[in-house]
Amino acid sequence: MSQLKQTPSQTVGPFFAYDLTPTQYGYDLKSLFTTVLAQPNAKGEHIRITGQVFDGAGQPILDAMVEISQPDASGQPVTSVADAQAKGFTGFGRCGTGTLPQNHFLFDTVKPGIAAPGQAPFINVCVTMRGLLVHTFSRIYFDDEAAANSQDAVLASVPAERRATLVARREMTGTGPVYRFDIHMQGEQETVFFDL
Amino acid sequence: MTTDLQNTYLAPRDWASHSPHIYPFYKSTLLRGPKQPLLPIKQALAQLTAPVYGTEQLGPLDHDLTKNAVKNGEPLGERIIVTGRVMDEDGRPVRNTLVEVWQANAAGRYVHKMDQHNAPLDPNFLGAGRCMTDGDGRYTFMTIKPGAYPWGNHPNAWRPQHIHFSLFGDYFASRLVTQMYFPGDPLFAYDPMYQGAPADSRELMVAKFSLDVTQPDFALGYVFDIVLRGPKATRFE
Repeated sequence: MSQLKQTPSQTVGPFFAYDLTPTQYGYDLKSLFTTVLAQPNAKGEHIRITGQVFDGAGQPILDAMVEISQPDASGQPVTSVADAQAKGFTGFGRCGTGTLPQNHFLFDTVKPGIAAPGQAPFINVCVTMRGLLVHTFSRIYFDDEAAANSQDAVLASVPAERRATLVARREMTGTGPVYRFDIHMQGEQETVFFDL
Repeated sequence: MTTDLQNTYLAPRDWASHSPHIYPFYKSTLLRGPKQPLLPIKQALAQLTAPVYGTEQLGPLDHDLTKNAVKNGEPLGERIIVTGRVMDEDGRPVRNTLVEVWQANAAGRYVHKMDQHNAPLDPNFLGAGRCMTDGDGRYTFMTIKPGAYPWGNHPNAWRPQHIHFSLFGDYFASRLVTQMYFPGDPLFAYDPMYQGAPADSRELMVAKFSLDVTQPDFALGYVFDIVLRGPKATRFE
């Protein structure tokens, strides 16, 4: 069969929120995806992931959208709505950077399990924004998984001096563990983006 | 045929069809597009599942933007039908997949609180819609033709009329965010987003007028097909 050409990507623009993240931004439409991946009954360690998206001038970006996708605490993907309801875990989150102080994003989730032998636990990330003509993919690894990280083939394929851009830093707070993961679109700390 | 997700990868992004990350004519790309080359990795589709959602999460009017936000009457402007098929590169339908759309109203004004364009809001129009594709990969929206609007990229800059689309397809990595344009728009030549795409791919973002889709005495019809990356079995091909 003849190959069709992929439809070109275009920027999400500055005005996506009333469709893609309406509840978060206070519009009269129910969000299909939220910042909460894990309900209280979800198995595993409940964690928060938060950070900012910075432009090449070091300024936090106020109109980016961050999406994350991850397996559950045992490393299994969420396969259906019924599966998500049974687990109390959706496996997918979406957050705009236009509502929280200093343009943070945040997700309430569980720490993912190892999805396949030889891999470290990680979360898939998709970032899009005004001024980005093609969305970018990245990964969140965890700084308290040093042993697993050292065995991970994808992390090993990243130049050593850039690996830290993919590793979230754990802090304990009064409300539980919080991982800090900033995304730098450019500059000396430019986040590693994958062509996957 | 079921796909063996542990041994299957997604067809790569065809960069000949997409814009560069840095495109100086579109000024915001200068500080926001990554400058380092992307790092290619192969990830089995088993770990790239799309988010789960079901039709039960959609409202009955989510696909009809002429009705889903009415307060005291019908939205103003030209009613249009936008329909098309979501396919992979081999022409296989992408079934039961979510299509999210958003747009300006007929006057070229977005509901978004940050839109400062001096054009009227329409109390009966939100400009947000979503639906699922059917068994043939087909989606259909009823809406109002969006207006063109000015923006600050360069002096006298105007965006061509367009509707924003967001899709995942079957996988997290088949994600596509794009914009649908209308045929023959005189603003194409001056628009950095449209021009950012390679010349031989731009028309893929332009809907086709269809008299077959047009409903007599009611609404003009446009067809906009969307092609996503599809699975490629690596072991047997």
